[in-house]
Amino acid sequence: MAAPRVTIQTADFDLGAEVAALRAGDPGVGAVASFVGTVRDRNGGQGVQAMELEHYPGMTEKAIEAMIDAALQRFDIRAARVIHRVGTLRPLDQIVLVAVTSAHRGTAFQACEFLMDYLKTQAPFWKKEHTPGGARWVDARVSDDAALARWGIVVGNAGPAP
Amino acid sequence: MKVRVRYFASIREALGAGETLDLPAGATVALARAALIERGGAHAAALAHGKALRHALDQVLCDESARLAEGAELAFFPPVTGG
Repeated sequence: MAAPRVTIQTADFDLGAEVAALRAGDPGVGAVASFVGTVRDRNGGQGVQAMELEHYPGMTEKAIEAMIDAALQRFDIRAARVIHRVGTLRPLDQIVLVAVTSAHRGTAFQACEFLMDYLKTQAPFWKKEHTPGGARWVDARVSDDAALARWGIVVGNAGPAP
Repeated sequence: MKVRVRYFASIREALGAGETLDLPAGATVALARAALIERGGAHAAALAHGKALRHALDQVLCDESARLAEGAELAFFPPVTGG
């Protein structure tokens, strides 16, 4: 069975192990680009003590699988891997991993950024921050819609629907 | 026809995980939303028009003109904030 491309999990992940698995047995790989998102201790000027990540089981996996298919079509890459954690996370914790392999660095960098931009605006996750002032749902950012628009994909997540 | 409605994040906190909704055949997402708002109370507040709301039909993002079918899974949620 092929290794999974998308995993939603409460457990932490190991970047080194994931990259090793992604490029194992593929001598055509000449570049690996990866992104790891982590929990900050501040957001919008307020301290963040913990963060709860909720998602839509089933839809999340399907949505990210479709994003990887789109990345494989658009960029000359070899493989991609996405891990997103859910549940309660704290500052310093890892939240998300995107890793991409390709023959050359340019497409690996691009596809990695494309996948993150896509995930930020189209994958059904929601963050709730716990601060000294109480808990609050994190607002979507218009700048994330703009980031995806750079790839020619216009969505209305934070802003009005196109 | 009956559709299964699901809620997530702040909308789930206000309305619970979901419910079954009875709608006329061929109803759209917009009609389902209007029918839920008509219940008043927490539904009217959480799903109010003008509120940023995203929807998915059978686990794929859709717009308000999407048509529902018997047994469809329709989800309402706020803009997503993962990553």
